[in-house]
Amino acid sequence: MIIDYEVLKFIWWVLVGVLLIGFAVTDGMDMGVGALLPFLGKTDEERRVIINTIGPHWDGNQVWLITAGGAIFAAWPLVYATAFSGFYFAMLLALFALFFRPVGFDYRSKIADPRWRNAWDWGLFIGGVVPALVFGVAFGNLLLGVPFHLDDMLRSFYTGSFFGLFHPFALLAGILSVAMLTMHGAVWLQIRAAEPIASRAKAAARIFALIGMAVFALAGIWLIIGIDGFKVVSMPALDATPNPLTKEVVADSWAWLANYGAHPWTLLFPALGFAGLWATMKLAAADRPGWGLASGSLAITGIIVTAGVSLFPFILPSRTDPNSSLIVWDAVSSHLTLTVMFWAAVIFIPLILAYTTWTYTKMWRRVTVEEIREQEHLAY
Amino acid sequence: MLDSTMIELSRWQFAMTAMYHFLFVPLTLGLAWILVIMESVYVMTGREIYRDMTKFWGKLFGINFALGVTTGLTMEFQFGTNWAYYSHYVGDVFGAPLAIEGLMAFFLESTFIGLFFLGWERLSKRQHLTVTFLMALASNLSALWILVANGWMQNPVGAEFSYETMRMEMTNFMEVVVNPVAQVKFVHTVAAGYVTASMFVLGISSWYMLKGRDLAFAKRSFSVAIGFGLAGILSVILLGDESGYEVGDVQKVKLAAIEAEWHSEPAPAGFTIIGFPSNEDEETHGAIKIPWLLGLIATRSLDTEVKGLKDLMVDHEIRIRSGMIAYEYLQRLRGDEDTPENRAVFEDHKADLGYALLLKRYTDDPSQATEEQIRMAVKDSIPEVAPLFWSFRVMVAAGFWMLALMILGFYFNAKRVIQEKRWLLRLFLWSIPVPWIAAETGWFVAEFGRQPWAIGEVLPTSIAASSLAPSDLIISLSAFILFYTVLLIIEMYLMFKFGRQGPSSLHTGRYHHEEAAKASRSTTAGGPSPALAPQKRQD
Repeated sequence: MIIDYEVLKFIWWVLVGVLLIGFAVTDGMDMGVGALLPFLGKTDEERRVIINTIGPHWDGNQVWLITAGGAIFAAWPLVYATAFSGFYFAMLLALFALFFRPVGFDYRSKIADPRWRNAWDWGLFIGGVVPALVFGVAFGNLLLGVPFHLDDMLRSFYTGSFFGLFHPFALLAGILSVAMLTMHGAVWLQIRAAEPIASRAKAAARIFALIGMAVFALAGIWLIIGIDGFKVVSMPALDATPNPLTKEVVADSWAWLANYGAHPWTLLFPALGFAGLWATMKLAAADRPGWGLASGSLAITGIIVTAGVSLFPFILPSRTDPNSSLIVWDAVSSHLTLTVMFWAAVIFIPLILAYTTWTYTKMWRRVTVEEIREQEHLAY
Repeated sequence: MLDSTMIELSRWQFAMTAMYHFLFVPLTLGLAWILVIMESVYVMTGREIYRDMTKFWGKLFGINFALGVTTGLTMEFQFGTNWAYYSHYVGDVFGAPLAIEGLMAFFLESTFIGLFFLGWERLSKRQHLTVTFLMALASNLSALWILVANGWMQNPVGAEFSYETMRMEMTNFMEVVVNPVAQVKFVHTVAAGYVTASMFVLGISSWYMLKGRDLAFAKRSFSVAIGFGLAGILSVILLGDESGYEVGDVQKVKLAAIEAEWHSEPAPAGFTIIGFPSNEDEETHGAIKIPWLLGLIATRSLDTEVKGLKDLMVDHEIRIRSGMIAYEYLQRLRGDEDTPENRAVFEDHKADLGYALLLKRYTDDPSQATEEQIRMAVKDSIPEVAPLFWSFRVMVAAGFWMLALMILGFYFNAKRVIQEKRWLLRLFLWSIPVPWIAAETGWFVAEFGRQPWAIGEVLPTSIAASSLAPSDLIISLSAFILFYTVLLIIEMYLMFKFGRQGPSSLHTGRYHHEEAAKASRSTTAGGPSPALAPQKRQD
């Protein structure tokens, strides 16, 4: 079946969103658990309980990130090229922080020395907080516009600096990312870890939901009153052969709100973000963490889609040379590649969801200190 | 023009991180199947020792796998961070197999690996075996898609350059998948992985036999690995990579470089067993040749000619000149002169555009290159010969060494006297690093032999890098060296620790160190705890 090129371009914007949301909801939760690990686990055994709640799943969950990266490479090559090389040290920072997780989970409990285990606990903390922060800051920078331009051979040049990425608004986006993922991880621990960890997790879930709401509101107000967006003034047809150098883009103070004005129903997404955070706070407090996990997932979805809708059709706007901006219609791969990848996604994403669900069902239980003692040499 | 120091450093960083990643990959590819074999025997016979074997070798598998995942993350990030122009230029083709690898294979492998380790108590025997099987299958599928991507770098089929988008675009997905270079590479690489894992299990099992401990465990592990390993090494050697060298110019250059063959020889060509190739003199000094052998290995026939490097370079000069015309018309088409006439000229020379890009090292506008610049680009169009010549021979020697070991091991194991052949057990033990030497030199030949190209005949490495500064690379390269060194030390420490403990590390109470600890506990009160006993008891 042949799908129109412009429709496919839009579908891939949705699919990249799906993969990013999949990453945040699953592996983001693991990162939240990592962020809480040194604080909610007071003893070595308690920490092992925390680690083993996600032990069988974190590795599969991480593949959402890897696949999202691969999909951006294949569907939006120029975005992958420009963002990864432009945000060079930020990306390496996230990468080096991610190093701590595979080795941390697998190696931590293989040696009994407390110094060894303590060091890996902080490694897992870094592996949770730093990538969450960096990805949030990256999203913030998309909304601010990125200093880059393309030459006529489509080579990209980044003209900003590493520290330039940490604009206060971008930092706020980073904090929002850390807060929502930590809340999500806390709710998970409330379900799957035994007391006294579950009670501590409950308190953490409420606090981080509250922080999330405050930061989301603050970032929203800042975006409305203080941050210029970009708008496309002229460009080729939507199904044209992609060439990012053939359009005209200008900065515009209301541009990031334009989609909400044109399609008011999209306001449901920021509303979902708030409602989800609020509901999670209440459900955690009411000892209904199962529903809290669902509402937290909706909150994460709402918040990520809010950023996407504000930017649309932009993916990577350029602050210094707006015409070089990369948008959904002109930074994409060819019709054939998008088609092949579309079918791969249609076939495999449902399969992935099916077997992932099976593994969660099989491993579903509350992890206790007693269980860790029994399986001292088998568990993480 | 990009800074040449920055490009050199980018190449070093990629080469180091890719070769480091490949320290862990082959063991995963093979050991996963060895685990499947062991666990299948357990499920069929119900004998506990086979479950213990699966768990113990699984423990070592896990230590290795953790670093495979860690260093694999780097590979995914690095195309974007360091090879941005490459990512733009070929992402339309190269990105697809990577994304499909994630969706089809890596998800499956990573989802089930958690259950492999932690699901023993929560899954039925058959469910757990299925999990192990899917993990092994997925790791090998993963290799398939990665090698489809790599095969395309060697022999870029099923794609065409588009002047409008200024990049390569896919024209036929199936051609990319069934690329003969990719298929040959896949078989060669996974079989090499099977050999690596077999040598690993054989070497460690030999050590237990030499120490006279856990004999039942060691002998059974040895038996599983020797059969698997013999089959693996025969596939690696008989289905060698050479059959892929007939396809495409890059592979021809690589073959001539491996053989240090400067002049075309009448078929069947002789094989240079030893010699000292020099790019400077375009000659191999002190060569000792075996007649006919190269023709047989390379072309599997007696009457097909193997082309020499000098003749290939003559072809390259013609293609560079044709590429200069393509470049000139590309500029016109991307400017304001997109006319049918200009398009027709461009189409005629398009296939050689990549050759003109070799000139980008020396001039910003290849269409205006001087004769001197063309001469230098022709020189650049073949790789450094000596490192390829030697690595290839090291790889082949390692391969035949392992073949000999496997045949002997198989014979004595079948006669049930392997335990008495202590000299052979010692050879197995000391040969544990050999498959890694073969794998690393093999990849070196494949990738260094592709130079000067990032994508064969399409995109030179010299323009594929990101627009970074040398200082960026110095910082990142130092950070990688630091991190990777520390990680390797930790990994080796754990491998040695658990390798030495052997199946006692499972704490089932059935194996050597635990029985020894039990014995010492009954004689000396407050003796060492079981976990510490192995270190204390080093013989």
